[in-house]
Parts: sequence; C-alpha cells; structure tokens
Amino acid sequence: MNSKIPLIIGHEYRTRVMKRSFLIITLLTPILIVASIALPVVLITSQSDDAQKSIAVIDKSGLYQPAFTDSENYTFLFLDEDLQQARNEHPEVAGFLYITGDLTDSLQSVTFYSEKQPNTETVPYLRRQLSDYVNQQRIASYNIPHLEEIIAQSKQRVNINTIKWEKDGSEHITSSDITELSGLLIAMLIFMFIFMYGGQVMQGVVQEKSSRIMEVMISSVRPFELMMGKIIGIALVGLTQVMMWVIIGGIAFAVITPFVMPETQALSADAMNQMASNPEYSEIQEIFIALMGFDFLKIIVLFILYFIGGYLLYASLFAAVGSVVDNETDSQQFTLPISIPIMIAMFVAIQATHSPNSALAVWCSYIPFTSPIVMLVRVPYDVAWWEIAISMFILYLSFIGTTWLSGKIYRTGILMYGKKPSWKEIWKWIKY
Amino acid sequence: MLIINKVSKSFGHKRALDEISMTVQDGTIYGLLGPNGAGKTTLIRIINGITAPDSGEALLDGDRISLDKSSQIGYLPEERGLYKKMTVYEQVMYLAQLKGMSAAQAREEMRNWFKRFDITSWQKKKIEELSKGMAQKVQFITTVIHRPRLLILDEPFSGFDPINAEMIRQEILRLNQEGTTVILSTHNMESVEMLCQEIALINNGRIVLQGNVQQIRRQHRSNQFRVVYEINGQSVEQKVEKKPEETNNDLLKRLAKKGEITAFEEILPTMNEIFIKTVQS
Repeated sequence: MNSKIPLIIGHEYRTRVMKRSFLIITLLTPILIVASIALPVVLITSQSDDAQKSIAVIDKSGLYQPAFTDSENYTFLFLDEDLQQARNEHPEVAGFLYITGDLTDSLQSVTFYSEKQPNTETVPYLRRQLSDYVNQQRIASYNIPHLEEIIAQSKQRVNINTIKWEKDGSEHITSSDITELSGLLIAMLIFMFIFMYGGQVMQGVVQEKSSRIMEVMISSVRPFELMMGKIIGIALVGLTQVMMWVIIGGIAFAVITPFVMPETQALSADAMNQMASNPEYSEIQEIFIALMGFDFLKIIVLFILYFIGGYLLYASLFAAVGSVVDNETDSQQFTLPISIPIMIAMFVAIQATHSPNSALAVWCSYIPFTSPIVMLVRVPYDVAWWEIAISMFILYLSFIGTTWLSGKIYRTGILMYGKKPSWKEIWKWIKY
Repeated sequence: MLIINKVSKSFGHKRALDEISMTVQDGTIYGLLGPNGAGKTTLIRIINGITAPDSGEALLDGDRISLDKSSQIGYLPEERGLYKKMTVYEQVMYLAQLKGMSAAQAREEMRNWFKRFDITSWQKKKIEELSKGMAQKVQFITTVIHRPRLLILDEPFSGFDPINAEMIRQEILRLNQEGTTVILSTHNMESVEMLCQEIALINNGRIVLQGNVQQIRRQHRSNQFRVVYEINGQSVEQKVEKKPEETNNDLLKRLAKKGEITAFEEILPTMNEIFIKTVQS
C-alpha cells in the first residue's frame, strides 16, 4: 500500500502556510528587525521637531553670548532680567537657559527651565554649543599657537582593518565584530527555530489528542507515518519561511547597497581595501563591506542543513512529549529535559563567539544536541570541512535514534488519556 | 466475514481481553455490548488494526487485520473528534484521501452525502463553528464516505436529537442493505433490539453472552405471559407466570376459568433486562 506520508505532509504544510498569520509573521519579522535597528537611527538623525524653537538665554556672567548663534532650529533671545520676570514676559519661548556664573569655575552653574518636558535634542544641543565654546576658550587661554589643530589631530580615530587571506591568494576584508555578531545572530535564529517549530509539532500532537481526532487518524494511518508527516510538514513550513527571508533579505541588500555604497560596482579586494582604510567611511558602510566579504551561500546552505538536522532531532522528541500529555499545560515537566540541552547550546554558542576554537566549543559542535547551534557560530571563523562533515554525520545519525525512540513513546502515548504517565512507565513503552 | 479467534490483550497486569472469539457474518448488524470498561474499545481497536492482540488473531476475509485493511473499514469512535480549524470540505476530503480515495472520487461521494444530509451549504464552515450535532453528521460522513465493507460504530446515536438519530438509524439500515457489515457498540438496548441480528455481551474481558438476538431473548424467557380478559364487558390486563411443569395449553385452561380470554402472549425479556441480569450475575 502506498505511504500516506505525502498526504499528511501536504495537510500539515497547507494548514499552516495558508494561514494569514503565517504570511504576516513572515513578512513582518524582517521589517520589525530592520525597523528596530533603523528607527533609533532615523529618530536621532532626522529633525523630528521641525518648528523653530526660540530659547531665552539669561547669562548672569555675561561671558557666553557668543556661544549661541541662531541656527535652522533654534533662535536665541538674550535677556538680562530675573528668571521669574522673564518667565512672565516671554511665554512664547520653549525654555530658559539660566547661566549663573563662570563655567570654568563651576561646570554646574547652568540650568535649563521649561514649561514642558524638553525634547531629546534640545538640551544636548545646548550642552554641545556651550561645551564647545568653553573648550575653545580654555584652549585659547593656554596661548599656545595652533593648539586647536594639534588637539584635533591628536583625536584621530584609528581603524584596524582585518583582512583574511584566502587559499587562492585573494584577500577578503572582514570585520571580527561583524563575524561575531552574525554568528550569534545565526545561533539565535536556529535556537528560535528549533523551539518555535519543535513547539509547533508538540502543539499539533496535543491538539490532535485533545480534539480526539487521533483515534480516527490512526485507524487510517500508522502512528509513525502520522508523526513523520507532521514533523516533515512543519519543517517545510520553516524552510519556506527561511527561503522567504533569504529572498526578502537578498532584495533588500541589493536595493540598499547602491545607496550606501555608490562606487562599489567592481568589488576587487584592492578597491575594498582602499575603501575600508578610508576613515571617511561611515560605520554602516563598514558593515556593508564586511557583509560583502561573507560567503553567504555557504552560511545559508549550512544554516539550512543544521536547521533540518537540529529540528528533526528535537521535533520527534517534542512529538513524543505531545503524545504523553493531554493538554499543553502538562507538557512542561516533559519539555524540560529537551529544553536544557538547547539552553546549554545557546550559552556555549555565546562563549564560542569569543573563542570559537575552545575545547568546549569544539566538543559541543560535535554533540548532536548542541551542534546545530554551536557549529553555526564557529562556521564564520572557518571550520575545516571535515569537522562540519563529522558533526553533520553524528547529527543526522542521532536524528534516526531520537525518532525511533520517540516513535515508540508516541505510539503508546497517543492512545493514553487521563493520567500523566511517570518516567518509569514511559521507559516501559520504549522497551515494549 | 470477520473472525475473532481467541484474542487476548493485557495492559500491564490487567487483562483487558481474555480469549475472545466471535464471528461476524457478512451483511449482518452485530451488536457489541458490555458495561463501561469491559474491553469493548480494546476489541474495537484490535478489529481496526490500531492495536495488535497479544495472542489470537482477528481475520477479515481470512487475512490478518492490519492498517493495510483500513480502506475497507470505517470507524466512528465513541470520542468524536475532527480538526477544529479545518473547513467541512477540507476535513472530509483529507480523511477520505487517507482512506485511499482519489481526490475526484472523494469529491463526488462527498457531494452525494452532503446532498443526502442536506448540508451542502456548510462546506466552507469551520468545524469549530458547527454545533455538536452538525459536527456529528460530518463525522458520520467521514466514517462512511469510502464505502467501507465493515463499519464499526461506537455509540453512533449519542449527541443526536431524536430526528437526527432516526436519520442515522435509517442510514445504517440502508448501508446494511447495500451489503455493509456493521458492528454496533452501544448502551442503547432499544436500538440493539431494533437493528442487531446478533450480539456479543462482554464483561471483564470475556464474552458472557453471544448469539442471535431473538434466540437469546427466548432463552431468557421467564415464563411470563400477558393475558387480557373480558369480564363484564370490561377489558382487564394481567401478568401471569406459568408453572414449570405446565404447558401453554395447561396455563390457558387454568386462565380460561377466570373469564373470556381476548389476548394471550408471552413476555420476552428486553435486552436491557438480559444485559443487567447477565452482567450482575
């Protein structure tokens, strides 16, 4: 008889992908990630408050009027009266900057008064104006010629470029910060995926059990087929999501790059070298240069392979947990032994971003329960291909083991209602 | 023909089924009776191929039952369940295909059933939007859509109002007349008398009573008779007991002295009485 797994896979896949929430989450997540990074930048750089503000300056010391010149956003009004009086006479101003004495004597002698909470830009702007002026005055007071230029030069920021030599002799610009960060990001993503989709498998099984459709299902298909169909179907949902993100990310990268880096049509290492050593480049551009040095194909392929392996390893265990409980609240006791290794993997992964070749990181990148997360952190640091091969082999072999084990628990568990089984009983089901 | 041959099944130390044997002839409606926890569900699961017996065998047309036979069997479990988020259409299509039907076959059969139950307008509704009775109808359709040769119905009337219960009863009879063998597990003894030709009564994992319904009732007769006399133009009904050594004619002669007999019939025990008496003894 033909296997019914394809039918089950199709059903599990369709019911999830066709849901409106799937599309929304898939499209929204990258937007939210980008937005959460971009929004603060945009907020800071854009002049959110377009209206010109007038600031009244009451300078009792009479020293700092030159520090304030009218700008696009601020006009200054210099008053020589009492604070209370000024407040009554000038209700139109956004705030009063009250300077009580010489700032070189006491840096605390400035206060900003306003009726409303000043916005995030105003006070820093005033402080900058005032500090610059005070600094200039101080430098000038030393009476050393060209001192200002000397100080400016001494403030030069030093950039260290990291260039990786490839086997073929070409050079790649890398950034260890970016490598670290991207490794961590990938680990987080795998971590999230295993929990999210493994959790979905468990939830699916619990729902089938609690809605009592299970008995109907297993009068038509083998429990193992039902379990595998669900696991594979949900894996495909996950892969669909990853694929959509890769495509969205790829398009976004292609669209944004020309704006950020207008002159990078030809990406010779030399050209990039020049760019990177040019201190004029902004941090965003540095990130892009580093990103271009990444072997995206390798990372994506490995990500998918480890996601599949790690997911399969855990998903069957999640299915087994789902089968032994009657409702989701009961599942916690049994998910604990599953979540602990994933948590450990995450901690090791965070460690591994700093020291990718430590003994702990290396071992954990072979142990199947931690390898999908830990190995992916190590990959950007160039792990030998045979290391990856061994770790992958162990992972996929273990997946067969956990699936076999889970299948045994699942087979019995799905027909059990009422009491929560003990570990001892579950052990009996496995041996049975 | 379904043959259950000395089937036993234990869970831990509990013996759920103890050498059960029974034969269900093709085209009959077979009643599977027993108190709660007697082992009916376990036996039904074995007939479905969901669980394997520890010893003994269940044969359908001479072949051991496994899930490979699932396309020939339709099973309505006592605990009804459907995917709540799926629409009626998707649900029926999915379960029909899992029973081995092609999509086209499934669609056509579904259309017929929807028309018969007058529920064509529900197709796009989700299961969770349906009332309990409506969902039961859908469940019944998913059980029979693949034209199973053997239909196993566990409490098929529960959850239905009298009108719908009657409709389901008629459907069971119709399917039976078309050649479907039906195994009916129920606590509703009235419907057993109405539908079943044969029964098996299970208690504590053993068959305690088995056979043709009419024969069983006759075997359990307790010499009770209903007599109606005509006395002074008035109709009087009475229940009388026949003495063991008496024949029916002896009894009639004895009764005739009291007045004009207009009706005389033996009271056969109901299945309900037989059930209670057998299980309690």
